[in-house]
Amino acid sequence: MMKRKMVNFKVNGELHEVLVESNALLVNVLREELGLTGTKYSCGTGQCGSCTVLVNGKPALSCLMLAVAVDGADIVTIEGLAKPDGSLEPVQEAFLDHSAIQCGFCTPGMVIMGRDLLNKNSNPSESEIQEHIKGTLCRCTGYTSIVRAIKSCGK
Amino acid sequence: MSDAQKKEKSFQSGHKIIGKPLARHDAWDKVFGKTVYADDYFLPGMLYGKVLRSEYAAANILSIDTSEAEKLPGVKAVMTAKDVPNNETITRFGQTHSVGGFEGLYRILAYKKVRFRGEAVALVAAETEVIAQKALKLIKVDYKPLLGVFNPIEAKKPGAYKVGESESNVICSYKVRKDDVEKGFALSDVIVENTYRVPAQDHAYIEPESGVAWIDDDGVITIRVSTQVIEHFREVAEVLGLPHNRVRVIGTMIGGGFGGKEDITVESYLALLTWKTKRPVKLTYTREESILAHGKRHPYFMKYRTGATNDGKLMALEAELISDAGGYVYLSPWVLLYSTVGATGPYDIPYVKVDSYTVLTNNTFSSAMRGFGVPQVCFAYESQMDELALRLNLSPLEVRKKNYLKKGKAMATGRVLDRYVAFPETAEKALAALGEQSKPKSPAEKIGRGIASGMTSYGRMVFLHDTSRSYVGLDMDGSVTVRCGVQDLGGGQSSSLAQIAAEVLGVPMKDIKVYIADTALTPLAGTTTATRQLYMSGNATLKAAKEIKKNLLNKAADILEVKPESLDLQDKKVVVKEAPDQTIPLTDVIATCASDGIPLYNVAQFNAPFRELIDFKTGQGQVFPDFTFGTHAAEISVDVETGKVKVLKLVACLDVGKAINPLSVEGQLEGGTIQGLGYALMEDVVLKKGVTLTPSLSEYLIPTSLDVVDIDKVMLESGDGLGPFGAKGVGEPSVTSIAPAVVNAVCDALGIRIFDLPLTPEKIVKALKKS
Repeated sequence: MMKRKMVNFKVNGELHEVLVESNALLVNVLREELGLTGTKYSCGTGQCGSCTVLVNGKPALSCLMLAVAVDGADIVTIEGLAKPDGSLEPVQEAFLDHSAIQCGFCTPGMVIMGRDLLNKNSNPSESEIQEHIKGTLCRCTGYTSIVRAIKSCGK
Repeated sequence: MSDAQKKEKSFQSGHKIIGKPLARHDAWDKVFGKTVYADDYFLPGMLYGKVLRSEYAAANILSIDTSEAEKLPGVKAVMTAKDVPNNETITRFGQTHSVGGFEGLYRILAYKKVRFRGEAVALVAAETEVIAQKALKLIKVDYKPLLGVFNPIEAKKPGAYKVGESESNVICSYKVRKDDVEKGFALSDVIVENTYRVPAQDHAYIEPESGVAWIDDDGVITIRVSTQVIEHFREVAEVLGLPHNRVRVIGTMIGGGFGGKEDITVESYLALLTWKTKRPVKLTYTREESILAHGKRHPYFMKYRTGATNDGKLMALEAELISDAGGYVYLSPWVLLYSTVGATGPYDIPYVKVDSYTVLTNNTFSSAMRGFGVPQVCFAYESQMDELALRLNLSPLEVRKKNYLKKGKAMATGRVLDRYVAFPETAEKALAALGEQSKPKSPAEKIGRGIASGMTSYGRMVFLHDTSRSYVGLDMDGSVTVRCGVQDLGGGQSSSLAQIAAEVLGVPMKDIKVYIADTALTPLAGTTTATRQLYMSGNATLKAAKEIKKNLLNKAADILEVKPESLDLQDKKVVVKEAPDQTIPLTDVIATCASDGIPLYNVAQFNAPFRELIDFKTGQGQVFPDFTFGTHAAEISVDVETGKVKVLKLVACLDVGKAINPLSVEGQLEGGTIQGLGYALMEDVVLKKGVTLTPSLSEYLIPTSLDVVDIDKVMLESGDGLGPFGAKGVGEPSVTSIAPAVVNAVCDALGIRIFDLPLTPEKIVKALKKS
C-alpha cells in the first residue's frame, strides 16, 4: 500500500484537507477527490497544457505535480475563475464573444493561461499572447480566435 | 471586431436568428469548465478498464496465459478473444441500406494472428487504474514474430507477405475511364509527370478516447462515450449477441474527433467488461495508446501525368493512387472512392484514366480523417497545375481559370454539376486577399505565394441512402425542445439546430433546449461525419419546425379570421405580416391548439437524394449529393540556410452556401486551415517496420500558437447549397486545399518542388543542396 499523507490547500478560495497517496497527482486529486473536472487530463506528460491551473498565482501543469507538493498552496482552477456572483470573468466573456471555443477541451487551460498573462501584462500584443500560450495545444480553432479573444481583454 | 461581426453590421436579410454571429449554446458550460466530457463521469463502484496491446506488428499468437493477472487482488475480469461472444465483426456501410462488395472484417480482440502493433489482445477490469495496469503486465502472450509487410507497393505484389487471411492484400481497386486517355496525351503539347507521397496524419484531438459503461435498471447495457457515431450500438449488441435495443449509447460532448472517433473506439471493450463484471466500467486511453490504436489519414503514393495544350487547356489526366490501409480494412474502400472520384479536382478534362488501390500492410490501420481521401489527391493535382503553369509560362491563376468546372459541366465521372460552382470566383478572391507581396527581411529569406483549389463533398455517398430524423416540440410557455441524435464535435452541430428551430418558430435562442446523441431517447440522426449534420439534421429539424408552424398559423388564422399565409411567427407572437401591430401571444395560440388536440410536436425525417451504385468498370455515375468549392492562398517565407518555412499570410475562400452561424463557419475555416497547415509542414506519423516512432505529442508535432497567423476568411454565400436556408457543409472542405497552396508557395519562393509531405526544414535543405 502506498504511503498516505494529509495535505491542506485552498482551492478556489475554499480550504480542503485531503488524504492522498504520496504519488497522487494534483490533476487526479482535483478531478476525483474534489470533483473539479473542469481541469482536463489529456497527455499526462506536460505536452499539451490541458491540465493547467494556477498554483500560488502561477500557471502549473497539474498532471506533472504531486498533490503532496502543493501542501499549503492556493490553487485556482477554471471553476474558480468566475466572479463571486457566478458571472463570467473578462477572459471567459471574451472567449464567448470571439467564439474561441469549439470542442472546449483545451478551453480551461487556455482561459487560465489568458488570465495569467493579463495579470502580468494588462495589454499584451499578439505575439506576446502567442508566446504565452505556446504550450497549450488546441486542435479545433487554429488558435487565431483564442489570440483575438485574449487580446480584446487588453487595456 | 471579427469579420463575422463586421458582416453582422450590414446584415440585411429577413432572418432574425439565422446568419447571426452567436456564441453557441454549449459555449457557456465549456468556458465555466462545467461540460461533463466522457472521462469526467464517475459512478459508484466503478471499475477501470485497460487494454493489452500487441507488441508486434506481425506475429502469430501461440498462447495467452491470463492466470497470474486473474489472481492479482482487485482484478475483476480478464478477457481474450475466446471470451467474446462474436469476436469477428464485419464493417458495414450505411445505417439504412446495405451495400455489398466492400465488407471488411475486423476483430474485437486479436485471434491467432496480430496485424498491426497496438492491436488489442486482451482486456482487464480492476478496482483501480494502477491495479489494471499491473494486471496487463501479468498477462503472458507467446508470440511468434512474422515477416510482415510495411509498404503498400510491396504488399500489392504477388507473393507478398499476407497481412490477413485472404488471398491478396489488395482490399479493392477502382477505375475512372473517360474516353481514351492516350488520345488526350497525343493532343497535348505539354505533359508533366510526377510521383507524390503523403504521410499518415494523426487526428491528435486533445481528448483521448474515453467512455463509461454500466447496466441500467432494465438490464440495458448503457455506454456514455465520446463518439461521432452513436449508432455503433448495433455493432456492440452483435458482439454480445444481444438484440440491438439492449444496448444504449449516449454520446457526450466530444473533445475533438476529426474522423478519429468515427470507427468504434472503446465501446465494445466497455460493453464486454461491464457485461462480465456487472459493474460500471470506465476506459480512457492514454495519449500513447490513442496514437497506437486509432486509424490515421491514409498515406498515399500518387503517380500523376497531366497533359495540356500550349494555350493552357487541360487535355488528359492519368493517375495511379495507392493507399496504405494498414492492418485492417475499416473505412479504406470508401476513403479510396472519395480519392478516385476527386482525383481530377475541380477541372474539366476531356480524357481521363484513374486507377486506384487500397492495400493492407502491417502498419497502424488507416481510416477516416477530415477530408476523407480528398486532401491527398488535392496535393497532387494542384502541384501538377502549378508545374503546368510553369511549363506553359502562365500564372497559376490563369491556367486554372482556363480549366475550372462550371455549372452545367460534367466531372470525369459524368456527374453534371447542377448547382453554383464558385470558380474562378474563390480563386480570384483568395489571391486578391493576399494583397501586396511582403518583402524579405534578410538575404537568406525568400518569399513565395501559392494558391490551390478544391471541391469537397458534403453529405454521404448517395447510394448509401442516407437519412436523418429530428423531433421538435413546443411547450405551453412557448419554450421549444429539440431532440436529435446528432453527436456534437464542437463544430456547433447542436447549436445550429437550436438556431433553425428558433428562426422558424419565432422564439429566442434561450427558449430552445436541445437534447442530442442518445440512441434510446433521441430520434436517430446518423453519423457526425462526412460534413453531413447541418445538411441532414438541419433539414430534418427545419421540416419538423415548419410542420408545427403550419399548425400554429392555421389555428391563429381561424382566431383572426384571416388567411394563414398572411401570418408569421416573431418574438413569441403571431403577427399579421401587413399589419405588424396586430398580434396574438404565441402562448394563447399554443393553449388553443392544445385544447383542440392539434399537435404541437413533430418528428420529421429528411432523406438525402437516393441513387444506385456507380458503374465500377468506368467509375461513371453519381457518388455525392453536392460539393463545397473553395480556394486557399498562402504567402510564406523560407530561410534558405535553415530550410524553415514561416507562414506570413493565409486566406481561405469558400462558398459556404449560407452561414447559419458565421462565427461557427469562421471557426471551421480557421481550424481546418491550420490542421491542413500542419499536414503541409510538420505532421508525420513515422513508422519503422510497423513501430510508431512518434508515439506522443513531443514527437508527433501539431501546430502550436507560434506556428499560425490570423487567417483571412473570405466567405461567399451563394445560397445554392442543399442544406437548410441554402447552406453547404464546411467542416471538411476547410482542410482540403491548404497543403498544396503552401507547397506551391514554397516552390514559388525557391523554384524547387518537393513531392512528399510534410515540408520539413530537412527536406528543404536537402532539396536546395541538390539543386
